[in-house]
Amino acid sequence: MSAMINKENILETIRMIQDENLDIRTITMAISLFDCADPDGPRARQKIRNKILTLAGHLVAVGQEIESEFGIPIVNKRIAVTPISLIAGATSEDNYVEFARTLDLAAKEVGVDFIGGFSALVHKGLTKGDRILIDSLPAALAATDVVCSSINVGTTRAGLNMTVIKDMGHIIKEISRLTADKNSIGCAKLTVFANAVEDNPFMAGAFTGIGEPECAINVGISGPGVIRAAVEKARGETFDVLADTIKRMAFKITRVGQLVAQEASQRLQVSSGIVDLSLAPTPRPGDSIANILEEMGLESCGTHGTTAALALLTDSIKKGGLMACSHAGGLSGAFIPVSEDAGMVEAVKKGSISIDKLEAMTSVCSVGLDMILIPGDTPAETISAIIADEAAIGMINSKTTSVRIIPVYGKKAGDEVEYGGLLGKATVMSVNPFSSKEFIQRSGRIPAPIHSFRN
Amino acid sequence: MRAVITVIGKDKKGIIAGVSGELAAVGVNILDISQTTLQEYFAMIMLVDMADATLGVPAIQKKLDIKGKQLEMQIKIQREDIFNAMHEI
Repeated sequence: MSAMINKENILETIRMIQDENLDIRTITMAISLFDCADPDGPRARQKIRNKILTLAGHLVAVGQEIESEFGIPIVNKRIAVTPISLIAGATSEDNYVEFARTLDLAAKEVGVDFIGGFSALVHKGLTKGDRILIDSLPAALAATDVVCSSINVGTTRAGLNMTVIKDMGHIIKEISRLTADKNSIGCAKLTVFANAVEDNPFMAGAFTGIGEPECAINVGISGPGVIRAAVEKARGETFDVLADTIKRMAFKITRVGQLVAQEASQRLQVSSGIVDLSLAPTPRPGDSIANILEEMGLESCGTHGTTAALALLTDSIKKGGLMACSHAGGLSGAFIPVSEDAGMVEAVKKGSISIDKLEAMTSVCSVGLDMILIPGDTPAETISAIIADEAAIGMINSKTTSVRIIPVYGKKAGDEVEYGGLLGKATVMSVNPFSSKEFIQRSGRIPAPIHSFRN
Repeated sequence: MRAVITVIGKDKKGIIAGVSGELAAVGVNILDISQTTLQEYFAMIMLVDMADATLGVPAIQKKLDIKGKQLEMQIKIQREDIFNAMHEI
């Protein structure tokens, strides 16, 4: 047996893939569009299309090849591009919907699931291109299917741009209205960040930052089912044992991510970027973060102890994952989207989790309020205030936070909404009924926190 | 390149013969065979060398799928790298 790997290990891998839904959530090709900038709009869009088709033409086929050879499912293939405000800003156009359409068509042509980067980084202020892009958002997200957008409204270094945060409340309401016929799904394609990262492979927030190479492959792992099964085996053990159990499993999961990243970048002949250690749930049974927290001993996700459980989970994943790959990056932690996680959906239905608890949880996991459905008549200022709260957590704690919130047009708290696919389904949650209007209407900037002055 | 083939299902006659016949036909050389029971199931694990294989892993998987249906076993071929990556530091 010297030539052979331990058979228990082989069977463990098989079980992880078949019974515990181990998969790679995404291989995302990051493409720089800087050389596509052109004063002539149609020419810029032609260049963008050509570049995407040239670089990502084989992405899906290579992804499928790897899936088949290694016997590991790769759920999504995606593209992330340079924030479009930086490219489209070179034109004299006053509306960027056509840029979104170009991205949508090119993405469909190469067969990827999503394309991210209809984005703007406005944490300190807006350029002409940023302003036009934000104003184009409702029409752009209504006119396209697979284009994702992100707006960075704050950083630890720069503070929070409250004027843009105020605008985003109205923009999100408008997207909700324009995509009312599809339960306001346009809002699911927009995330509002603080401390956005440049190499995130996950949607809706993926874009290719200005420090990134011409083209790179970034991989996002998955595997909540595997972690849940491991935690189940540690039932009744101390937290020390629990943390160690998760760490070991995170190592194995990340190793698969690293292998896929390496193979994909070699075969596509582009740079190998990062592996994002985020544990990403899907609506499939057994693929839930909430269920992991419950397996740790909580009756229902959202009850007291949930934040501590999530902190342990996130930290253990990072520790196991960091040792398993040479370049970790992106968001790396645990995602807690609501509609995409069957356990979270159940927790909302039972009334064991609220927006307030989710907000607390985002201070110890990666990212933030994600795929949360709220009543369609929620005031724009309340949405802005939710964004401000979340961004403040990111700014003060030097971490990435985001808000992907859907005021579902015509729906009220308690209604159920089904999106299908990875986006799942969920119950509309209630928001605090008291007004934040005067606070939000102040505009201006919340200054950078004291601890950002480290030089 | 080496690959691992796992055959899982209810134990019956002709499993090794069936699978190894399929592999010989496409130039895949068996380096090692091991078997174990997995709860009530039988699991056979083969380490194979693909150096002289006339088909790639995806095409061989398709052939094994057909064989697996005949034998009522689940047969999977995966490059060895995934197991090494996960279980070796």
